[in-house]
Amino acid sequence: MNATSMTVAETIQWDRPVRGRVAMFGLIAAEAAIFSIFVVAYLFYIGKSLTGPMPKEVLSVPIFYTICLLSSSLTIHLAVSALRRKGVRGFAIWWFATIALGTAFMYGTATEWHRLIYHDGLTISTNLFGTTYYSLVGLHGFHVVVGLIALSIVMALALLGNVRAEHAERVDVLSLYWHFVDAVWVVVFTVVYVIGR
Amino acid sequence: MSSDSIALPRAEAASRPLVDALHGWVTTVDHKRLGILYILYALIFLVIGGIEAGIMRIQLMHAHNDFVSPQVFNRMFTMHGTTMIFFVAMPLVFGFANYLIPLMIGARDMAFPRLNAFSFWLMAFGGFLLYFSLVGANGLYGAGNAPDVGWFAYAPLTSRTFSVGHSTDFWTLGLLVSGFGSIGTAINILTTILCMRCPGMGLGKMPLLAWLNLVMSGMVILAISPLTAAQVMLLVDRYLGGHFFDTQAGGSAVVWMHFFWIFGHPEVYVLAIPAFAFASEIIPVFSRKAIFGYPVMVAATICIGFIGMSVWAHHMFTVGMSSSANTFFVLSTMAIAVPTGIKIFNWLATMWGGKIEFKTPMLFCVAFLFQFLVAGLTGIMLGAAPFDWQLSSSYFVVAHFHYVIVGGILFTIFGAFYYWFPKMSGKMCNETLGKLHFWLFFIGFHLTFDFMHIPGMLGMPRRIYTYEPGRGWDVWNLIVTIGVFFQALGTVIFVTNLLWSYFKGKAAGSDPWDAWTLEWSTLSPPPAYNFASIPVVKSRRPLWDLKHPNDPDWKYE
Repeated sequence: MNATSMTVAETIQWDRPVRGRVAMFGLIAAEAAIFSIFVVAYLFYIGKSLTGPMPKEVLSVPIFYTICLLSSSLTIHLAVSALRRKGVRGFAIWWFATIALGTAFMYGTATEWHRLIYHDGLTISTNLFGTTYYSLVGLHGFHVVVGLIALSIVMALALLGNVRAEHAERVDVLSLYWHFVDAVWVVVFTVVYVIGR
Repeated sequence: MSSDSIALPRAEAASRPLVDALHGWVTTVDHKRLGILYILYALIFLVIGGIEAGIMRIQLMHAHNDFVSPQVFNRMFTMHGTTMIFFVAMPLVFGFANYLIPLMIGARDMAFPRLNAFSFWLMAFGGFLLYFSLVGANGLYGAGNAPDVGWFAYAPLTSRTFSVGHSTDFWTLGLLVSGFGSIGTAINILTTILCMRCPGMGLGKMPLLAWLNLVMSGMVILAISPLTAAQVMLLVDRYLGGHFFDTQAGGSAVVWMHFFWIFGHPEVYVLAIPAFAFASEIIPVFSRKAIFGYPVMVAATICIGFIGMSVWAHHMFTVGMSSSANTFFVLSTMAIAVPTGIKIFNWLATMWGGKIEFKTPMLFCVAFLFQFLVAGLTGIMLGAAPFDWQLSSSYFVVAHFHYVIVGGILFTIFGAFYYWFPKMSGKMCNETLGKLHFWLFFIGFHLTFDFMHIPGMLGMPRRIYTYEPGRGWDVWNLIVTIGVFFQALGTVIFVTNLLWSYFKGKAAGSDPWDAWTLEWSTLSPPPAYNFASIPVVKSRRPLWDLKHPNDPDWKYE
């Protein structure tokens, strides 16, 4: 408005939340709503398939790949903390470890799906179980892939030397998304492999 | 020589302005331009959706009419509902939010300008996709063109068996695409309000419009996402042979109803809360009083937001839910009347003892108050399960929700047009045409929707393309259709007024209403950067403080 109000602006304490974090929490809320609908559908349709194969016959619990994905939350946290302490090298190593663990998880899903489709004859159109299983696990897998693409872009930038300590806040926003994808897997795992089997 | 060298670029500028201007609008990331794009886009679809409504009403004007075929009638009610909700009401709400929120909270733009543009174009292409079905959906011989499954597209009508061709796919994809746009905009509005407020504007000092849009965007995030998920499931069913809603393979049609209404009912509040926001800004200014009960208004809005998420199955009483589910949804539906009632009393208390000026925006808001009250009362009637068992899917329901959406929401949106048009264009709207628009639309609205309750109570079901004479419905249907012509005429006057005022209206100045929020402190129309220097506020009415330095609000808040 005028010069005096500007000086007031400089003197009063004015803290507002970081844009990126708020927006990421908004996105996470929206994604959580989408996942809840798929989870509710999965739970509702447990045991309602009219034909086989049934979950108990074909599903085996992917413990190793689950450990991979969940531990990637730890590695990405270590990566961001390293970047905050200006450890660009440590950041790159932990970041790469995160990508590797995420890729391992997707490899696990790929082998599981390959076995289900070619060995057990379960596709998305076979029965209700197939429809809900491939949709829910596939939706989660899609989010892992999107996360991996985003992580890889940051990795490429880091290798080119363009990720520095001042970017820690932004990288942290991406790590929020990755933590969310991991947390969703806990729910999907419980629903598909514990309750539904 | 020097004059030539000046004239040359000027001539060049004169030959290119249209392309340049269009290019500027298409590539813009300015929140004001995007807001206007949203609003213009919605106005175009408002006319299209209105024509569809007109076609239906002409068909139902008298018994055994054959103005359109049953097939066309099905397409008309599907397209009318879908268009009005997703491509008129939503873009109008987002358009005003986009335009006003940065100006009202003293920011130079939204938090994410490019996401803003992206979201707008997603929504725009969603609308084009829906209407492209008219030419693109004839997948098979004999398959219809436009979607004809109703705006809530109940399963199994949407399965490949019953909906051949691609009309349902266009419906699904159009809503999916525009849904992503809505979620993007909602995240943007949420972030803008939380992170872009000017110094001094704590949450408790925001204009109510910002508060209400904050709640609205939260609801969009939580309500549009389930619709997106349900549309993905429908696509899986239609394209990949899935069985989500395939009752032959153990799937459930009722699950679709739940998923749709988990979106569908909050959506009513997504549209109504911004309407409340307009009323909360306009009524105080034209009553010359500060809003009554600001903290209670905020609390009531948040309350509506919460309860609004848990009432969806009152759309499904006739489907045969358990009695405990029925009881829960009856009680939650009744409960939402409490915060809504608080709001109505607060608006009345704002007007009480005020120096009320019945300018056009205020006329629309006063009509809104009474009409929204009636809409809420019929809502309570339908919220009682036994009453709903009698009247569900009748014209009583159609009359009820049009009372909400037209009588409540559209009236305040018209008010908002007249109130903020001077800010957006720099020109005043014509008051005479505005009042003419109001009275024509008011009379038309009441002719159409007051009398529409009666054939509903006499048993006329919705979505029938014609009816037998002598059931006592004839005269009511004729009156309802006559009302539509008044509304159409009112809308013509409205558009004429906008165009005439834009070109010939008198200059508005920066603050034509002697109002109190920050958007009136900058030029009309505002410059691209909104504020030359970022304002600092100390109260909810910063312009009041500026105009009355001896008696500022912040001494009392």
